[in-house]
Amino acid sequence: MSAPFTVLWLQSGGCGGCSMSLLNAEAPDLYTGLKHSNIELLWHPSLSEASSEEFIELLNAIIQGKQHLDALCIEGSIMTGPKGTGRFHVLAGTRRPMMDWIEELANQARYTLAIGSCSAFGGITSGGSNPGEACGLQYDGAIQGGLLGADWISPSGLSVINVAGCPTHPNWVTETLMQLAMDDFSSEDVDDLRRPRSYADHLVHHGCTRNEFYEYKASAEQSSDRGCMMEHMGCLGTQAHADCNTRLWNGQGSCLRGGYPCINCTAPDFEEPGHPFTETPQIAGIPIGLPTDMPKAWFVALASLSKAATPKRLKDNAVADHIVVSPTIRPTSPKKS
Amino acid sequence: MSSNRKIFGPFNRVEGDLEVEVEIDNGVVKKAWVNSPLYRGFEQILHGKDPRDALVYTPRICGICSVSQSVAAAQALAEAQGIEPTPNGRLSSNLILACENLADHLSHFYLFFMPDFAREAYTDKNWHEETARRFKAQTGAAFKTVLPARAQWLHITGILAGKWPHSLSIQPGGSTRSVESQERVRLIGILGSFREFLEITVFGGELEAIAELDSERALTNWCDNNPGSDLSRFMRISHDLELDSQGHAGSLFMSYGAYQTDADQHLFRRGIWNNGSAGALDVSEIREDISHSWMQSQPGPRHPYQGTTLPDADMSNSYSWCKAPRLDGEVVEVGAVARQLVNQHPLIVDLVSKHGGCVQNRIIARLLELALVVPAMENWMRMLRPREPFCNHAPLPDDAQGAGLVEAARGSLGHWLRIKNGRILNYQIIAPTTWNFSPRDNQDVPGALEQALTGTEVGENGKESLMIQHIVRSFDPCMVCTVH
Repeated sequence: MSAPFTVLWLQSGGCGGCSMSLLNAEAPDLYTGLKHSNIELLWHPSLSEASSEEFIELLNAIIQGKQHLDALCIEGSIMTGPKGTGRFHVLAGTRRPMMDWIEELANQARYTLAIGSCSAFGGITSGGSNPGEACGLQYDGAIQGGLLGADWISPSGLSVINVAGCPTHPNWVTETLMQLAMDDFSSEDVDDLRRPRSYADHLVHHGCTRNEFYEYKASAEQSSDRGCMMEHMGCLGTQAHADCNTRLWNGQGSCLRGGYPCINCTAPDFEEPGHPFTETPQIAGIPIGLPTDMPKAWFVALASLSKAATPKRLKDNAVADHIVVSPTIRPTSPKKS
Repeated sequence: MSSNRKIFGPFNRVEGDLEVEVEIDNGVVKKAWVNSPLYRGFEQILHGKDPRDALVYTPRICGICSVSQSVAAAQALAEAQGIEPTPNGRLSSNLILACENLADHLSHFYLFFMPDFAREAYTDKNWHEETARRFKAQTGAAFKTVLPARAQWLHITGILAGKWPHSLSIQPGGSTRSVESQERVRLIGILGSFREFLEITVFGGELEAIAELDSERALTNWCDNNPGSDLSRFMRISHDLELDSQGHAGSLFMSYGAYQTDADQHLFRRGIWNNGSAGALDVSEIREDISHSWMQSQPGPRHPYQGTTLPDADMSNSYSWCKAPRLDGEVVEVGAVARQLVNQHPLIVDLVSKHGGCVQNRIIARLLELALVVPAMENWMRMLRPREPFCNHAPLPDDAQGAGLVEAARGSLGHWLRIKNGRILNYQIIAPTTWNFSPRDNQDVPGALEQALTGTEVGENGKESLMIQHIVRSFDPCMVCTVH
């Protein structure tokens, strides 16, 4: 077997949720999947044996080129505060800001991956007044730059790969790593925000179980209602880039299937929508933020038409928390009984 | 031999980053200082937000206690709004929370705690070979069944909460996700599968039999009779390394009460356990001290409703971003062992009366909860009433306050929310590990872990003992919650 594809996973200004989500990988489970893709986790904060000095020795070996590193995975925002010193996260046992370690390691790794929206764009940690001066590896919100700078490229020639999401789906991570390990990933495989197109070329709207309600603009009015959440509940599923409703989470879930709106967590600045997350801002009764690629005039025309045509079943079920009107049974076969 | 200082860190297999400094004198830890080295500033981020947005932000404090944060935020909002969840909503929230807590107990035991006994330093132990085969980090045989069991278990959150971590399904009035009758039986099926895994792999027998163990002697007998269970494997190691004499903190334990079943009932009751006897908990006696924290100084310890969180990296005498919460001025230990003491489970009461709160007892209390909570969840699933409401609704007042007090896997989590002019005026959070891993207070009294490490034999330069690692991890620390 060829040399394993080596991965180092570090956490900084985040919640660790992308790591916890990674452990939710199924069929195969995480360890089996990595093993058969010849991926070796050199170190992961939740999973590895090595602690303290053994771990710091590993970091130094990588920086000195004694240990080959294929992929550096960074989870959590880069903490640059206070006042650019990085003291909001000094890596334990080293007296050195984590941001300095990350920068040095990124220059050694063939690929650098931002795991989650925090390390991609700043994410939740950069919300509000951004007290921690948190940013992403190569973005600060939607603006290129971040820790490494807009022009930075890894030794492989790629920019940081932004596996964005809050958290990331386990297989967004494992499949990207597997593609890299198979040498089956190029700059063509990321979108304009450098997210893997494998999931970012889809919309959360695709496969949403509320699509029939959407078609007829039969809208939910309060949480636990079954209707479409775009008109009143702040749902951004028609604009959010991710395959949540076709890939599914934890077996059969997604935010929409869990009864709450998509907050577009794979996008830069999702943490500051400019309105309460679960409320749709409207102008003259029309939701701000049209479905992606939909011309406004057509949307307004079709919406008012479909709203006028909403069947009673959808109208009633949209504002109930369980099915109150069942679909009519109609013969679909020409055969006569 | 002489006295010297040594820094340990980073500690992996804890959630988040952690540094511990110890002063070693003649091979024994004389003093310890626990540093939480990451500050993000959630309390500052929440300031001025729409109060409902706390349900989006606070779960993201922590990827391993995400649901606990959701439940605490929802409770704080519910108190501010003056509403109660519907019966279905309460059941659903409890199921989601229990699912997370038990997944965390499982992750702690298999992924975080046991791999340390597979280290080469223990090769001379007669249990090492088997332990390494079964629990070695990443390659241990146990993971072949544990990872799939854990992932399938979390399908409960897939159904009830959309996903884990970071759900928005838990609301002040209940849950956004109603359950249909076929989904209810699906949940019961997932639960049955997990029960079977626990009974075969973890315990070697029925959960009910574990729940009924009422003394150290009963536990020993169980392990003798079921030597192939992972519980017994741990107990053999614990016996050999005397983990029942390691890592004692104080004798005051606290629980906010776990799994609220109606307005004032919990599955595991609320209270304190003080030096062998049960007492009532007065949460108005909670104060946060910042005398050794990198925080802008304030006149004295404050109740979280009046608390502030304003970082200052240049504060002298400080060594952690963590504050020092105290109950009526006292250091408190929280976690599964505290919960089961307060709830007076006879096994834990007996173990702690003999050995105190120690490494071994913290582990046993966690495993015991797996056996106690799964049958309760079975009951809750059967109590769900499809077609009845899952969520109550109420307007948000412009000026109000509310607290959310829950038990995360690793202990007591509190949110204190004040609303003014329809916006968050103040939001303060005290997490379980903030209690357990607090720095010293203004009386110079060390926090629970700092006390637990004192007296540990580590050899002259500390390298010869893994005991520090065992003691630290026995608390199941969550550092990203500790400082948020």
